[in-house]
Amino acid sequence: MADLKKHDTPMVDELKKGPWSSFADDLQTRGDSGSQACLDLLGQLELSYKDKETHWKHGGIVGVFGYGGGVIGRYSDQPDKFPAIAAFHTLRINQPASKFYSTKFLRKLCDMWDHRGSGVFNFHGSTGDTVMIGTTTEQLEPIFFDLTHQFDMDLGGSGSNLRTPSCCIGRARCEFSCLDTQAICYDLTMTYQDELHRPAFPYKYKFKISGCPNDCVAAIARSCCAIIGTWRDEIRIDQKAVQAYVNGELKPNAGAFSDRDWGPFDIQKEVIDLCPSKCMYWDGKELKIDNRECTRCMHCINVMPEALRPGLDVGATILSGAKAPILEGAQMSTLIIPFMRMEYPYDEIKELTDLIWDWWMEEGRNRERLGELIQRKGLPTYLRIIKRKPIPQMVKEPRSNPYVFWKEEEVPGGWTRSLEEFRKKHLA
Amino acid sequence: MSLLDISMYKDDPGFDVSELMEKPYDPEFADKNYNPDKPMENRITDIGPPHYAQFFPEVIKKNYGEWKSHEFIQPGVIKYTSESGDVCYVVRCGLPRILTTNLMREICDIADKYSGGIARWTTRNNVEFHVTDEGTLRELIDFLKNFKHPGGSYKLPIGGTGACISNIVHTQGWIHCHTPATDASGLVKSTADEIFEYFGSHKLPAKLRISMACCLNMCGAVHCSDIAMLGVHRKPPFVEDERIGKVCEIPLVVAACPLGAIKPATVEINGQKYKTVRMNWDRCMFCGNCYTMCQAVPLADAEGDGVAILVGGKISNRITTPKFSKLIVPYIPNEPPRWPSVTKVVKRIVEAYAKDAHKYERLGDWAARIGWERFYEKCDIPFSEKSIDDYRLAYDTYHTTTQFKWSTHTDNL
Repeated sequence: MADLKKHDTPMVDELKKGPWSSFADDLQTRGDSGSQACLDLLGQLELSYKDKETHWKHGGIVGVFGYGGGVIGRYSDQPDKFPAIAAFHTLRINQPASKFYSTKFLRKLCDMWDHRGSGVFNFHGSTGDTVMIGTTTEQLEPIFFDLTHQFDMDLGGSGSNLRTPSCCIGRARCEFSCLDTQAICYDLTMTYQDELHRPAFPYKYKFKISGCPNDCVAAIARSCCAIIGTWRDEIRIDQKAVQAYVNGELKPNAGAFSDRDWGPFDIQKEVIDLCPSKCMYWDGKELKIDNRECTRCMHCINVMPEALRPGLDVGATILSGAKAPILEGAQMSTLIIPFMRMEYPYDEIKELTDLIWDWWMEEGRNRERLGELIQRKGLPTYLRIIKRKPIPQMVKEPRSNPYVFWKEEEVPGGWTRSLEEFRKKHLA
Repeated sequence: MSLLDISMYKDDPGFDVSELMEKPYDPEFADKNYNPDKPMENRITDIGPPHYAQFFPEVIKKNYGEWKSHEFIQPGVIKYTSESGDVCYVVRCGLPRILTTNLMREICDIADKYSGGIARWTTRNNVEFHVTDEGTLRELIDFLKNFKHPGGSYKLPIGGTGACISNIVHTQGWIHCHTPATDASGLVKSTADEIFEYFGSHKLPAKLRISMACCLNMCGAVHCSDIAMLGVHRKPPFVEDERIGKVCEIPLVVAACPLGAIKPATVEINGQKYKTVRMNWDRCMFCGNCYTMCQAVPLADAEGDGVAILVGGKISNRITTPKFSKLIVPYIPNEPPRWPSVTKVVKRIVEAYAKDAHKYERLGDWAARIGWERFYEKCDIPFSEKSIDDYRLAYDTYHTTTQFKWSTHTDNL
């Protein structure tokens, strides 16, 4: 340990104070126990705090043989000052669906990462991968060899390929889940290994799977294909439990508001009046729901989980094309399929995916997300591509301009006309 | 009866890694078996992730799909009850997204002692421990309350449930990214300290989600958060004339600009001609997309860069439909290590919301109900023209009605 070179980091040290778990203290402790990389990382961060600019160079293409993603090159622009992080590449490792791990697995991963890298993780990357940050180019192949042989683990996605799919906790713990989210996530991941590892798309493509419209994995905001659980039949009602909420025997929203006095629970004000479609009625004894009018927003179920449950005729609502602002502005996913059964082997979603990918790979420009292509070509074109009938559920409201792109075959007689005949009737 | 049906995956490579996990990590294995001259020899590819179900606690395997209800028995502690009568308690703890093998091994120690050797991470980077009896639950909670870093911070603060501010999701920032306009870990730590009381309590009108992305690429997708902190640039890129032709494809740089502000050019320096680009600075909206495409047009700048605050987004379909976050504060300078001006604004918004919003009302729904003019007033944030959209679809955000509220903005007209 005598060889460790500590940097003077007064500003970073400020971040060891305060109650929230301090990353600076964690890196410091790891550094002091023998990781020069952690000490250099703190040193370079201090320099960034002084300069108010990053000290990581742009890019650097690195990877493992036969894959086009999963590794992101990173180099310090101050390698002489911080030699232990001169090369500090990222590896994205495909996480187990919904992110449970055994400690045996984690400890072994720590042993590997201390041996071949910096000992610094992200748990997890924004997309969901198990991320290891900080290693050199020479270590990449041995790490990949270790992961596949000693862990049965594989790299995740980066670049213009399928990104690592991710899902919510689903049926593992949540009574709301209308989908087997882990199974769908795992199955799609295994089906599309080639697309995940070898970039062949115009840009990134993301699947995210949430078990219900609460959408805990933020599928609607950030996935090209959002698979969100829903139901077609009736909300299951336990009238006795409804009464128990009304009588104050059960805590509304499972106790989520316990630290403030909001007064006694008022079912009319807190449930009935807040229902977006006003499809519920409480007569003092019985809760009635007009399920045909319900938009399945989850509010009543969230408030009274002991009394109300999603129906049993379950499947997924499929939405297409979400993305963050770069470039054309942020987009949320657009509803394209109100209901799709999601049962093994998930053929329907895979057939849909084939149609989408064929079109996007043909028509999409370099770095054009699916959502941007849909915007450029229009939703009607997209619906023809994915062979779906237009229905009112797909729009917030009908268009307010009259600029319809009529097609020739839709107009009797077609578009070719005799000017001569026209002028016989209408003098110029 | 458990609905866990995984038999169809039993032949997959990662279906059962238990045997592998019994073997300690062999640091020499790759050195001995990987031959760089023959990379395909003994190569395993496209095996995908380990199968999820092998890491489930027994109580979850047994009750998969059979959960009946849940209850937050205290902030950060969830009790799940199954149709079978089985019960599972989950203790949720905050954690920086970046963590070392040191803290990871400590998490493993805790999981081995209290939660059957299993830990689970949430979408918001919290770690969770599953226990099935109340005695162990109490011991675990007591342990975590005193589990601290040398500097005094809680290593694993308990919270993140119910009407709270859960963990702030974020990007890499200056600690590991090449395009950031601000730091992520430091800004998030500073903000999390400031609003710490809301992480481990249930006193807000609804859940409040704070997210942070250190540039407009938003690898953290903060565009639908109740409060988003976003790193922004304000100076157009340099053009390295002598380098750009060697390291970048000029047409790709030109095409990278969504506003057509970049044009190809040839310049002469010391008698030598260089293919390069010229930028129309008046058109630049500082998105940084050209720098993403080309390393020879850097735009980071200590004075130019800083943080924008956006509010009122949401993901959930609950009551109202999902919403984008709106740009409220266009720029706050970077003030490392604690970003006091940013955290002050965030806290002011949180407190105004906490005081004024109705029960179940998300921040964006509150702002929409009281009107944005009132939002600015209540949060004591000045309105500037920078909050008026002039990009694509801007018209959708303009007010086309005579319905508005009188506020401080109209009092002196």
